Amino acid sequence: MQIMLKNLKRTYGTLHAVNGISLSIPSNTIYGIIGKSGAGKSTLVRLISLLERPDAGEVYFDDKRVDDLKKDALIQRRRRIGMIFQNFNLFSSRNAEQNIAYPLEITGVPKQEIKQKVERLLALVGLEGRGKAPISTLSGGQKQRVAIARALACDPDILFCDEATSALDPQTTHSILALLKEIQRKMSLTVVMITHQMEVVRDACDQVAVLDDGVVVEQGLVTDIFANPSSEVTKEFLTHLVGIDEASLADDHMVHWSKKRGAYTLRFRGGTTDQPILSKISRQVGVDFNIRAGGVQKVGDIEIGTMLVDISGSDEEKKRAIEALRQMGVVVEEEAAE
Amino acid sequence: MSKIWVLVFDATLQTLSMVSFSTLFSLILGLPLGILLSATSSEEQGGIIPHPMLNNILGRIVNVLRSFPFIILMILLFPLSRLLIGTSIGTTATIVPLSIAAAPFVARVIETALKEVDPGVVQAARAMGSTNFQIVRKVLIPEALPSLVSGVTLTIINLIGYSAMAGAIGGGGLGDLAIRYGYQRFRGDIMFVAVVIILVLVEIVQVIGNKISAKLIARR
Repeated sequence: MQIMLKNLKRTYGTLHAVNGISLSIPSNTIYGIIGKSGAGKSTLVRLISLLERPDAGEVYFDDKRVDDLKKDALIQRRRRIGMIFQNFNLFSSRNAEQNIAYPLEITGVPKQEIKQKVERLLALVGLEGRGKAPISTLSGGQKQRVAIARALACDPDILFCDEATSALDPQTTHSILALLKEIQRKMSLTVVMITHQMEVVRDACDQVAVLDDGVVVEQGLVTDIFANPSSEVTKEFLTHLVGIDEASLADDHMVHWSKKRGAYTLRFRGGTTDQPILSKISRQVGVDFNIRAGGVQKVGDIEIGTMLVDISGSDEEKKRAIEALRQMGVVVEEEAAE
Repeated sequence: MSKIWVLVFDATLQTLSMVSFSTLFSLILGLPLGILLSATSSEEQGGIIPHPMLNNILGRIVNVLRSFPFIILMILLFPLSRLLIGTSIGTTATIVPLSIAAAPFVARVIETALKEVDPGVVQAARAMGSTNFQIVRKVLIPEALPSLVSGVTLTIINLIGYSAMAGAIGGGGLGDLAIRYGYQRFRGDIMFVAVVIILVLVEIVQVIGNKISAKLIARR
């Protein structure tokens, strides 16, 4: 199921929560939507999951307009959308299997059929034999697995994950993401992940849109955006991801030539991560690199390295060094001068 | 002596019948009203079909009825009792004002219990394509059940108190016994027995209510 958003707008009082968003989310992929809190993520997800109507703009599922559906058609359409949440939102009055059965019950599936389907779903999410467990006895990861099974009960063509891993520890996050990827492949779902965690985008998504102040500031393949972020927001997300933050900069006592120094962010991609680029350029141009912080991470199958360096040398030498870096496929960003 | 115990026994039965029927009818009246109050409240308060005007009107009606002194409400409702039951005196006739007096209380108790349900859970149910009726029946009421049971317990206890008061204007039951024999004929012993039975009834209802509520929570 392909999702198309055309110039979506939603305003609360004077707050433009979603201020003209157009996106095309391809079928059969995991698509990330990342943004800080207040960027408009929650509103956007309520609009595309048809929980709320936009003030302006249109939502299409496979060329069929869905934002203006009448009440009954809307309810029918929602039944084919799966959704999981940060706080799981399971029914505490029902045990695990009764939770999974809920969407089937409301659509009038016969009891016997529900039973079989629930068994299958429990197995799919790795919770065989836990069907009778009260929700309060399950761990966070298990709760999210129940929620995933419930979301899949009605064979949806779209699955929305609204901060689905934000309440989980890193290890559980990892296993939930692995499960979502597996399910996406098995069921050919279109999965939309709304998150504020760049790790989630890195580990699970094929494409990503970065949201800020109610608009999309950047979108594209995750590998491209990690290697070459163009917006400030994206850069900030990436900075936090590799653990380079303001604090570690301030702690750097090694740098003594502070007046002339400029801080540079270098991003390497794929094969370039294997090569001794810095020392090569250092020799060629005659500059010195002082590495303050750095890291390498895997985005899909591609490795992307990030480094914060100082370059010492004359302005002319620095310029040549940067040029040489860029020629070798390294993305160089100059931090604002202090 | 045995004649007194017959009187007490009859009065207890009358009280039990007044309280149980008026609980039933006040629930029949109050439950839909409570659901409507919670459903029409604003979205922030978990309303599933927000309707400020209807909510406001209903809220006011409930408040007016609740602030009426029960004795006066009962007298005002004599004509209604006569219309429905054929008389305004006696155990059966008293069920009418008791039910109507307790209904707004029930409505508020149910409204409060339903509003306690996690809005996220309601959102999830809606996202799965539940109709409003399904949200009420399969989500809100089961999720709020322990609070609802506590609310009904409170209602029954209130009705035991009201039913004793109804004795003052010809309602029958333990209150009537205490007033007619204990107060007007100076029979302190009968007054004492009547009061003790009322206290015991209240205690039993409270204990059973707590037990059911605790059991419902423990199963989660």
